[in-house]
Amino acid sequence: MYRYDEFDAAFVADRLNQFSDQVQRRLSGELTEEQFRIHRLMNGVYLQLHAYMLRIAIPYGTLSPRQLRKLAHIARRYDKGFGHFTTRQNIQFNWPALKDIPEILGELASVEMHAIQTSGNCIRNVTADHFAGAAADEIEDPRPYAEILRQWSSIHPEFTYLPRKFKLALSGSPHDRAAIQVHDIGYQLVKNDKGETGFAVYVGGGLGRTPMVGHKIRDFLPTKDLLAYTQAIVRVYNLEGRRDNKYKARIKILVHEKGFEAMRAAVEAEFEADKSELLALPQSEVERISAYFAPPALPERAAQSQALETRRASDHAFAAFVDVNVSKHRQAGYGLLTISLKPIGGIPGDATAEQMELVAELAEKFGHDEIRVSHEQNLVLPHVALDDLPAVYDALAAQGLATANAGLISDIISCPGMDYCSLATARSIPVAQRISERFADGPRAKDIGGMKIKISGCINACGHHHVGHIGILGLERKGVETYQLTLGGSGDESCTLGDITGPGFSYEDVVDAIETVVDTYIGLRSTPDEDFLSAYRRVGMAPFKKALYERDSGSEI
Amino acid sequence: MPLYKNGSFVQDQWTTIPEGEAMSPAGHVIVPLTWWQAERQAFDDSHVPIGVRIDPGIAIDDFIADLSRFALIALVIPKFQDGRAYSTARLLRERHGFKGELRAVGEVLIDQIQPMLRCGFDAFEITDPVTQAALETGRVPGVTHFYQPGVNEAPKAGARPWLRQAGR
Ligand code: HEM
Ligand code: SF4
Repeated sequence: MYRYDEFDAAFVADRLNQFSDQVQRRLSGELTEEQFRIHRLMNGVYLQLHAYMLRIAIPYGTLSPRQLRKLAHIARRYDKGFGHFTTRQNIQFNWPALKDIPEILGELASVEMHAIQTSGNCIRNVTADHFAGAAADEIEDPRPYAEILRQWSSIHPEFTYLPRKFKLALSGSPHDRAAIQVHDIGYQLVKNDKGETGFAVYVGGGLGRTPMVGHKIRDFLPTKDLLAYTQAIVRVYNLEGRRDNKYKARIKILVHEKGFEAMRAAVEAEFEADKSELLALPQSEVERISAYFAPPALPERAAQSQALETRRASDHAFAAFVDVNVSKHRQAGYGLLTISLKPIGGIPGDATAEQMELVAELAEKFGHDEIRVSHEQNLVLPHVALDDLPAVYDALAAQGLATANAGLISDIISCPGMDYCSLATARSIPVAQRISERFADGPRAKDIGGMKIKISGCINACGHHHVGHIGILGLERKGVETYQLTLGGSGDESCTLGDITGPGFSYEDVVDAIETVVDTYIGLRSTPDEDFLSAYRRVGMAPFKKALYERDSGSEI
Repeated sequence: MPLYKNGSFVQDQWTTIPEGEAMSPAGHVIVPLTWWQAERQAFDDSHVPIGVRIDPGIAIDDFIADLSRFALIALVIPKFQDGRAYSTARLLRERHGFKGELRAVGEVLIDQIQPMLRCGFDAFEITDPVTQAALETGRVPGVTHFYQPGVNEAPKAGARPWLRQAGR
């Protein structure tokens, strides 16, 4: 993985000094809270319901064991013993004291981590496919480009006061696991007919209160133009994006109001006009940075693992774990292991310090020192030998980390909602917990098959509910929580926004409503292999609406 | 208005003419763009150094053809969170080769000075007393390592051609 050179280390140290100075000036009253706010946000410090929250970047979701151990240490020393992995490949600590934050940032700097631009109206932590560098279907590892974008966007003098936050995501595979089409800019690595690598570029996607799927603005952008083209998009946005209303300030609204063709013309004109070549990526530089991401030398192994098969034959729970949580690696004899942070009835994305340390240790022993954080709020060991899976499984099970539900109905994305967030209009974590308990990770969950449930506690959509196969949005009507359902959303390469079923459901009834949707799907699927999303796309809303509202569980809103 | 330029507070050689105020075209005045556009004939005949004030939202294309007429451009920052002028400044310097004074006016705060310098501003009208006090001590907070080229910054030797290092 990427290692800081002298320059990078000096940069982070610089930034830490700068922020410590700002904290000092705030404490002495030189900066007003409004003036300080923007600086604390740009260094990942949020004010939440109960306390400050510190959001730390895990660029493109890649972590070393040493870094994960440091996060465990921070959880234990400065927080209540756990951290929360988010949908944007960040980790949040919900209980740090403001006075400790410069010290925490110093600890992070010692392992080449920071909280820069995890918040604020700037270019945010750059995210990428969590299976990067290991997936069987990958064209090229997107992370070197993500790292280049991370560097270029850090404390960018021109783009630090954008109209609103700005999110970049990259995918290196045709199957999009990074939800790039709901980002401000999404980059998809592709090959052209000459066999050269470049990017298909999407612009103007986003969720929040006005969800939009991104438009493809370029079919093929040569990799050398990555920064120059990104600069052109962000510059057009910086100059033209709305600043009169923060709910209309994202680039998606500019694209929508200006019109996509006009937006494309403006971006292309800006890109053409920039003759400087200063941002052209030299091939040698791409190669130098790519070398940091070179795949580990994985010894050759048989495609079939005897150890795994023997254990599988005698242990149902292990068999289910392997079937559900292990994805195809590009090298025979290895697997990509998803470690679910969605224990049945637990809080999605939470991990204790002990759990983090265990995962760090497993990565060292069995995982070639690599850990990934997925936008689905899980951890991933990207290179595990199939032969080692029994040992890994036993160790995980001992720490409550062997839930066999990756990609199943109880692998729920949920925002913090009313439990932590001051903007929430409803609880979301407890709804996730109840759904998880209802369906669990047993044979029923497996029979239901691939299913993404996503829950947000207000229209800001941090839980990505619009792109959930089933989306749940918690609202408040006359002082009562009500939950709106959407069906058929998807954040992958076939990106679509879900359709609203109709009136919402009460906190009590929402889990029954989900069950109705699930049972309806089971009843109408053409074969057990037809997953929920495909079935919904085939039959549409009607049967689900009928099942939901021609019984008494729906309460009018 | 205290004017900060080249590392210290200096005497302002320019007079800013507020919107709507009448005056005869003379040298060293900063006038709103619309005012200049309406009176350009008079200015053309007089050949005096002239400055224009550009409100955010005015596209560069609206005045770029006349760039050579301006000795000074004042870009208005209505609120410090409004980042449009940063792009305008870079475009004026890098793309259009503007060599005159590029002045930031409006809500210019201490933490914005360094990014503004990097985008090509070279003069700052300071209204915020805290910012003024800080600048008087000669302290411009910021960082010294940059991941992007800035205006008038020489590249740092090394593999990434866009890296820059401040010589502080
Ligand atoms: C608890 C404090 C939080 C607050 C106050 C908060 C606030 C917001 C707001 C206001 C937006 C809408 C921005 C816009 O549309 O312009 C938003 C979007 C978003 N938040 Fe949060 N959020 C919080 C926590 C989280 C957490 C824990 C996660 C991850 C699990 C998260 C992930 C996201 C994502 C992915 C979006 C993006 C949707 C998009 O921009 O397209 N947020 N957040
Ligand atoms: S969706 Fe709403 S409730 Fe949930 S974290 Fe975001 S702002 Fe808070």
